Amino acid sequence: MENTKNAIEVSGLVKVYDNGTRALNGVDLTIKSGDFFGLLGANGAGKTTIIGILSGLVNKTEGGAKILGIDIDRDHNAAKKQMGLVPQEFNFNIFEKVIDIVTQQAGFFGIPLSQALKNAEPILKKLDLWNKKDQASRTLSGGMKRRLMIARALVHHPKLLILDEPTAGVDVELRHSMWDYLRHLNAHGTTILLTTHYLEEAEQMCKNVAIIKEGEIVKSGNVKSLIGAIDKQTYVVTVSKLVNGGTNGTISGYDFTVVDENTVEVDLGVHQSVNDLVHLLNEQGIQVQDLRPKGNRLEQLFLNILKG
Amino acid sequence: MDFNGKLVALWTVIRREVLRFFRIWTQTLLPPVITQSLYFVIFGSFIGSQIRDVNGVSYMAFIVPGLVMMSVITSSYANVSGSFFGAKFQKNYEEWLVSPTPNWVVLTGYVIGGVLRGLLVGLIVFGVSFFFVQPVIHDFAMICIFILLTALLFSLGGLLNAIYATKFDDISIVPTFVLTPLTYLGGVFYSIKDLPEFWQNVSRLNPVLYMVDGFRYGFFGIADVSVWQSVAVLVLFTFVILSSTLYLMKKGVGLKN
Repeated sequence: MENTKNAIEVSGLVKVYDNGTRALNGVDLTIKSGDFFGLLGANGAGKTTIIGILSGLVNKTEGGAKILGIDIDRDHNAAKKQMGLVPQEFNFNIFEKVIDIVTQQAGFFGIPLSQALKNAEPILKKLDLWNKKDQASRTLSGGMKRRLMIARALVHHPKLLILDEPTAGVDVELRHSMWDYLRHLNAHGTTILLTTHYLEEAEQMCKNVAIIKEGEIVKSGNVKSLIGAIDKQTYVVTVSKLVNGGTNGTISGYDFTVVDENTVEVDLGVHQSVNDLVHLLNEQGIQVQDLRPKGNRLEQLFLNILKG
Repeated sequence: MDFNGKLVALWTVIRREVLRFFRIWTQTLLPPVITQSLYFVIFGSFIGSQIRDVNGVSYMAFIVPGLVMMSVITSSYANVSGSFFGAKFQKNYEEWLVSPTPNWVVLTGYVIGGVLRGLLVGLIVFGVSFFFVQPVIHDFAMICIFILLTALLFSLGGLLNAIYATKFDDISIVPTFVLTPLTYLGGVFYSIKDLPEFWQNVSRLNPVLYMVDGFRYGFFGIADVSVWQSVAVLVLFTFVILSSTLYLMKKGVGLKN
């Protein structure tokens, strides 16, 4: 019996492009149904290649993959039926109308035009595109085009939604409304696989993440657990006067890096507290005017892994 | 995807293709009609009046089937190559690549789109010929068989070209350097019986000859080559290009990384 508790099961996935580039080097990855999963990695790490193989845009070299229990080698078309893809680049016909782009996609999933129109209306309204439905897609703004691709991916009501950098180049307000919509979809049972460069986005949205580096998964797990395992975090501290005479160094176990005469970066280990740091500086006659994490915690983990 | 789902997907491709060539009718329907009308005027009326009958048919009437066939060939080929390469260029071919629609459904949809445009243009050009010559029909079934097979073959050819094409130049090279010479040398304006024996034999290597000749047979009941031999050549070429195109689509050549 197929294990349909997993939305995606990837094992030993290898991809070598015609030019010899080894994009994937034996990727193993499991994403449970109902998850909101983040796939993180630097440019060229292999995120889009994995998505391309799952969605049928890229031929794999070795390995296997199942989507909702369906082996893509056995029946990729049946697997694709369960899936919606929002690719990184705009890939619709710029001369076609918004409504035609969405309903034609439904047609490719075997949904007749009358039903496709019924499916499209609430999605386009939710994504604030309904009043643009008769406009040629080339006349839309960048954010609208991004939302059009989400609408197109959802018109056949997929159980698995894959989004490749969906908020790239999207303004803050729109990004937050897209996050809300994706959370709503996930809460209603859609499994979501998201790749993003915005680690704040991954930390806020994802339940589980995997970090891919040079074609291999180097870390994966629950976001909270991964963040909890970070052994140090860097804080940016704005101070009233020069620390440690303006030179980098360690004071009472705290590693200071001087940025300028009023700013230092301090690495805090898991057993060190912000209170003790402020106290230490105060003892030296230095007032702390501001203190904030240098990046979000997932970003810290990400950078730690990338630096090896 | 069940049978009804495939029919819906097929209709989606056909509808999109037909809407496309009607939306840009000044680029797709009008130019071949104007070009062929000029041929009728210049080669048929002006020059043709000074040329003797060919196989007992007036020169004006003799060139009509060839000119109709020429417009069918160029239109069906250009429709599929232009539309499919346009989809590759804008990457919107990924819309069906990520869907459960089988390759053969997409192929059939594009080819039907090309055939419909080819037939529509051919019909208009044939209609224009009424201004110059009285229409004669000898064998309507043969006319239908040849025009359909030709439109089908060149739609498939256009698709094959577009699959391999990586830039716009690639879809204009074949029409310019292959199709045009083959069409002009395929007996549109002359009977190969008027050529020396060597050139008659060379002409028999040109597949367009069989299309034009068989189509002309449907109108006048005269042919340079056996009609069934022409049908066989067309079916053979169609089968070879259809198989090759399906194979390439399955492998993802020109489509997948």
